[in-house]
Amino acid sequence: MSYVPDNLKYTESHEWIEILDNGNIRVGITEHAQSALGDIVFVELPEEESYAAGDDCGVVESVKTASDIYAPISGTIVAVNDALEDSPELINESPYDDGWIFEMEIEDEDDLEDLLSSDEYKNSIEEDQDEDEDE
Amino acid sequence: MVDFGGWEMPINYGSQIEEHHAVRKDKGMFDVSHMTVVDLQGDDSEAFLLKLLPNDVRKLSNGKALYSTMLNKNGGVIDDLIVYKRGENNYRIVVNAATREKDLAWMEKQVESYNAQLQEKPELAMIAVQGPNAIEACLKVLPENISQQLSELNKFCAIDAENYFIGRTGYTGEDGVEIMIAEDDARKLWDDLANAGVQPCGLGARDTLRLEAGMHLYGQDMDENISPLECGLTWTIRKTDNDFIGADALQAIKDKGISKKMTGVVLSEKGILRHDQELIDENGPCGIITSGSFSPSAEVAIGMAIVNKDIGEDVKVQIRKKQLVVKLVKLPFVRNGQSNI
Repeated sequence: MSYVPDNLKYTESHEWIEILDNGNIRVGITEHAQSALGDIVFVELPEEESYAAGDDCGVVESVKTASDIYAPISGTIVAVNDALEDSPELINESPYDDGWIFEMEIEDEDDLEDLLSSDEYKNSIEEDQDEDEDE
Repeated sequence: MVDFGGWEMPINYGSQIEEHHAVRKDKGMFDVSHMTVVDLQGDDSEAFLLKLLPNDVRKLSNGKALYSTMLNKNGGVIDDLIVYKRGENNYRIVVNAATREKDLAWMEKQVESYNAQLQEKPELAMIAVQGPNAIEACLKVLPENISQQLSELNKFCAIDAENYFIGRTGYTGEDGVEIMIAEDDARKLWDDLANAGVQPCGLGARDTLRLEAGMHLYGQDMDENISPLECGLTWTIRKTDNDFIGADALQAIKDKGISKKMTGVVLSEKGILRHDQELIDENGPCGIITSGSFSPSAEVAIGMAIVNKDIGEDVKVQIRKKQLVVKLVKLPFVRNGQSNI
């Protein structure tokens, strides 16, 4: 079972969300997601503009595949992790810290309620694994 | 694990990039037991292969291997394969797993009018041991009489012993062998090789290694809708006695003028090339990336592409909403550990 910190929120599409002191959110992909992708070799960072919840805003590419990153809730991206341009492997090495992808000013705090808790996310990836094993 | 032609196979055991480097710099092994092995015997075997394959099996002496395409009547590629000559009118053919059923059906249909018999060998497992130090590791692990023969084995030749069939062939651009062996013996051989320091490698590394080596992947770089003349496989077509299946169609394509060619592509900007991305030159769309990935050896994105023969100078690739500059290069990108990029 991969590491799922309790203090973060999550999406079904494997983003994690940290609520920062200033009310903005910081977003990355989970340890489970980076492990499934394998060696990450390129990140197309989002533009610093507005997105609706569920919009694809960036791409993480491993050697084997490309995977979209989605805006977890509606808002405006105000910062991106430029370090990923030269060191995309930070997502593999430190998915919850140095491998963060973007920060967003959110439109409506109530939207945070729609995100998954750590327990809910753990259950969702367990279900995925069960399905894989059934195949 | 992924499903690959009905076989459950690992994409990677650990880091795909480390597995790739193990083969380029040292030694790695792949379980390629999914490959389809077919033996061919009977008085007309050579005559049958001359009809079935555009390459010339008469070039083969006993114990030698030959790469060939297998064409349909329109000159399209049904599959690519390796054929080993084991003796007079005695051959072993290795075709792809994903194309197994249609290949066998096609071969069975064509062989009907010949005095020759095809026999699939599903009981054989296959382990590819590849890399500059691969053979050295095999010499330590294999029985002495086999090791003795392996130490004298030339490239693209095979040892044909009772329990071992070992070709000095591969799909990585490095030296190494492909060992065909009974399934039960294969488990022990795999463990012995692992104990000798050979890195287990998955399908992922197999793909980046063959791509760097400029080797075609069936279903991506060629299929039944393209002739070998238009995808960089003209060298597999014999020039004399061309009465093989598809020869007339190839002649018609030549007479009309060949309009496409295979090239290597290197992305000049950040990003990754992938299968099916479109290439654009001064005049508009000019080709398609057939295979693309990140090259662990050169640390840039590389691809194989089928492009217009008269492609322009300034070529870009469409990746999502952006057009990025690419450079056309000769294949292979990497061979025997040396990068040509």
